[in-house]
Amino acid sequence: MTTFTPKTSGEVLSTIAWAVAEGTPLEIIGHGSKRGIGRPLQTEHTLDLSKLTGVTLYEPAELVLSAKAGTPLAEIEKLLADNGQQLAFEPMDYGPLLAGEPGKGTIGGVLAANLSGPRRLKAGGARDHILGINVVSGRGEAFKSGGRVVKNVTGYDMSKLMANSWGTLAVFTDVTFKVLPAAETEVTLAVRGLLDDAAASAMALALGSSAEVSSAAHLPERIAARVAGGALGSDAATLLRVEGFGPSVAYRIAALKMLLGKAGPLEEIAGEASRLIWRDVRDIRPFADSSEKPVWRVSMTPSQGHQMVLTLRMQAAVSAFYDWQGGLVWLRMEEGDPEAALLRGLLRKHGGGHATLVRAVPAHRAALPVFEPQPPALAALSQRLKQEFDPKNILNPGRMA
Amino acid sequence: MSGLAMPKPDDATMRRRDEIVADMRIIVPGEGVVDAANAMRAFESDGLTAYRQLPLVVVLPETVAQVSRLLKYCNDRNIRVVPRGSGTSLSGGALPLEDAVLLVMSRFNRILAIDFPNRIVVAQPGVTNLGITTAVEQEGCYYAPDPSSQIACSIGGNVAENSGGVHCLKYGLTANNVLGIEMVLMNGEVVRLGGSHLDAEGYDLLGVMTGSEGLLGVVTEVTVRILKKPETARALLIGFPTSEQGGQCVADIIGAGIIPGGMEMMDRPAIHAAEDFVHAGYPLDVEALLIVELDGPGVEVDHLITAVEAIAISNGSTTCRISQSEQERLSFWAGRKAAFPAVGRISPDYYCMDGTIPRKELPRVLAGMRELSEKYGLGVANVFHAGDGNLHPLILYDANVPGELDKAESFGADILRLCVKVGGVLTGEHGVGVEKRDLMPEMFNQVDLDQQMRVKCAFDPNHLLNPGKVFPQLRRCAELGRMHVHRGQVAFPDIPRF
Ligand SMILES: Cc1cc2nc3c(=O)[nH]c(=O)nc-3n(C[C@H](O)[C@H](O)[C@H](O)COP(=O)(O)OP(=O)(O)OC[C@H]3O[C@@H](n4cnc5c(N)ncnc54)[C@H](O)[C@@H]3O)c2cc1C
Ligand SMILES: Cc1cc2nc3c(=O)[nH]c(=O)nc-3n(C[C@H](O)[C@H](O)[C@H](O)COP(=O)(O)OP(=O)(O)OC[C@H]3O[C@@H](n4cnc5c(N)ncnc54)[C@H](O)[C@@H]3O)c2cc1C
Repeated sequence: MTTFTPKTSGEVLSTIAWAVAEGTPLEIIGHGSKRGIGRPLQTEHTLDLSKLTGVTLYEPAELVLSAKAGTPLAEIEKLLADNGQQLAFEPMDYGPLLAGEPGKGTIGGVLAANLSGPRRLKAGGARDHILGINVVSGRGEAFKSGGRVVKNVTGYDMSKLMANSWGTLAVFTDVTFKVLPAAETEVTLAVRGLLDDAAASAMALALGSSAEVSSAAHLPERIAARVAGGALGSDAATLLRVEGFGPSVAYRIAALKMLLGKAGPLEEIAGEASRLIWRDVRDIRPFADSSEKPVWRVSMTPSQGHQMVLTLRMQAAVSAFYDWQGGLVWLRMEEGDPEAALLRGLLRKHGGGHATLVRAVPAHRAALPVFEPQPPALAALSQRLKQEFDPKNILNPGRMA
Repeated sequence: MSGLAMPKPDDATMRRRDEIVADMRIIVPGEGVVDAANAMRAFESDGLTAYRQLPLVVVLPETVAQVSRLLKYCNDRNIRVVPRGSGTSLSGGALPLEDAVLLVMSRFNRILAIDFPNRIVVAQPGVTNLGITTAVEQEGCYYAPDPSSQIACSIGGNVAENSGGVHCLKYGLTANNVLGIEMVLMNGEVVRLGGSHLDAEGYDLLGVMTGSEGLLGVVTEVTVRILKKPETARALLIGFPTSEQGGQCVADIIGAGIIPGGMEMMDRPAIHAAEDFVHAGYPLDVEALLIVELDGPGVEVDHLITAVEAIAISNGSTTCRISQSEQERLSFWAGRKAAFPAVGRISPDYYCMDGTIPRKELPRVLAGMRELSEKYGLGVANVFHAGDGNLHPLILYDANVPGELDKAESFGADILRLCVKVGGVLTGEHGVGVEKRDLMPEMFNQVDLDQQMRVKCAFDPNHLLNPGKVFPQLRRCAELGRMHVHRGQVAFPDIPRF
């Protein structure tokens, strides 16, 4: 059992070249903060990128930042914040849910897991902000794709291919992201006391308006109490975030109040209090309970989310809350059984989507498809891609399978 | 590039043409097969009109089942296929091949679903870009990516090219606004990627398909996100004595945390051509003209107009007009929108380039272009998506003067080399196609290109779909797949370990 900790991309290349020749698999980790997700791996060796660090280029006026893949996300977010900028896709932190340390994670891991947060709805995910990558494939070949400019259609977008590949095609050594100005003002409008279906209608109304809502979440009764240290109280809270320049935010909040005045009691939450709420929604705090109860992340058609949960409740005890206008459903299975087949069957009946088992005991993760199973033609195509880039199955074998 | 080498026509296919045409008529009954040379003329080139070629046969299917059967038929018989939408590509992506079936998707022209609560539209690939907006306009919605060709170009073509437009600075490119597609692989298999939900699990094949220039699969359905139209939009028309000042103004606007709905720049030759053509009231004594459009609620637009005006003045603008009416805003845009035809009036022919550069390199690249312009003895006018660094130099030439097309192409290639040299790329939105194919090595080494070809191999291992495009040289997939290393041949890596 060896852990390699390369400090340069050349060392990453020589490690993988050796592993390829030996036919010996590697587990790829950044900080290992998301190790609890996916099929458990049994590899003899680990390639640990946490020493491959450093921001190599940051030009605020050009809205671009490049870093070595093992650079801590926290360091990058701090640097950006100091310059009034941010990663607009708001990468979430699985630490609290998976009983790890919060605030861990590397920029390479962010891309490999295609992380995002509540602002995904308006601003996109990691895949929408990656501009260029340098990687070493499972063939032991170092290559690059993309560049440092936003508009680029020169060749295939390999950065997107590698986003969300969970380190199974190639190891990132360098990544270049588009960065954006952080909003000057942030205010959240909370509609209180709505049932799930009324909340879905309220969110659809708000998102269909020109108020440019950047995030829309619904925390049902009691779940609402589990964010921001209980600041919201326990009544259901349907949250609409509005960001931008002060006068504009004030105007748009007023417009939303007109629109939703009849939906239920309204509350305005500004600044830091709003940021804390969205951070906790982002990091699934309501389910960060140090338990091993299974947690699902379900991405589906927004208006279908609460309907699927309603049907699911007739057959299993679940807690649920909603982000992305209802299109991202977080589910905790209260009786300990992931109920994978039941959930996925219902998902298909409700417009389809993807259910990912993000927390479960290792036995369940080993026995169940953690990621949504793909139809045969798509699975075969994905398998052919894996074969092209990692024919000897060196990188994270079995993680996505 | 006029001496462009295309894949050698396959003799066996050429010999079997009659039989293939007859089989196409079985797969696509009715009017959907065109094989008479005069009727096929309409399809012999796309928006890059310097290149022309009649295809083996033109087929216009109407159903996914037909597309699937057609591709499987061709795959089984080693027949090449070139997909085509509306044929507005500026890089020759839809250029036919002599021995290939030209698969035209224009009869897939229906909107399949409009879902306002979830803000999505499902369209067949032949629906025009503008057609999507038209379908949802009555509810005050629109589809954001807006290529200038939007009345004609198809949404399937937009996916294949990852097309952009003036509003992409704020609202993203095609890739950021497409949620799902249905596509048919060369072997006839039908695959759905994404859907009406976000961020499907698994490899992001939707991201790979977007911008793949018809080489990986044929798109048969597209699901896009629509947006509510902004309440208002106003524009500033700002003139600068030097392009440096204009460039710095752009940087300062973004540095102030402002992402305008659109930010376009024109240089002196483009300003003059446009003004002569549409009389938009552009100042003629400036080197750089900037149009900055702010959209959103009225209060926000007013707030930002003031901020942008102050930034312009601090950068030494000599004119700064603010639109006071919708009519005036449109007049600011009139010249920019007519820039291409305006240049077409002052020169018999023009050749449109599409490099992207880091914004700060603008003055250096413009200076480089002036030098090249002298070297080649050809004029150049520049329109520029200033917000995201995407240049459209228009090279002026006369195709009737022997050798001028070649000169224009060499000039264009030198401009793109310059873009790459300063940290930019060969193409921002028009695609590689045949036009920039042979320049790919300027940006990528052979190992880089091999990886892109590996993606191709996973989708279309026999290189039958749109060959001769994008890749300067096709390598056989079997050859690319070989692994040459063996146990004991590579030393244990001498790096820190625990
Ligand atoms: C032996 C051991 C076991 C552990 N078990 C667990 C556990 O079961 N659950 C748990 O929560 N914590 C576990 N931890 C703790 C965990 O290691 C830490 O929380 C951790 O520090 C963070 O990682 P990361 O966020 O950078 O991304 P990671 O979690 O390291 O990576 C996320 C994904 O991205 C891939 N990836 C990362 N970097 C790259 C790159 N540069 N290129 C390509 N792909 C990349 C990874 O292969 C992985 O698929 C364990 C630690 C050790 C030492
Ligand atoms: C006047 C003018 C202005 C333009 N302005 C812009 C602009 O502002 N921004 C911009 O980005 N582009 C612009 N373009 C370029 C062009 O309009 C776009 O690239 C457009 O997306 C092409 O769409 P199309 O339907 O015409 O595709 P085509 O030209 O028919 O094909 C383009 C490529 O897509 C492939 N393809 C087409 N349909 C499919 C399908 N269903 N499945 C798989 N592959 C397919 C073809 O094989 C080809 O490689 C402009 C072109 C013109 C002529």
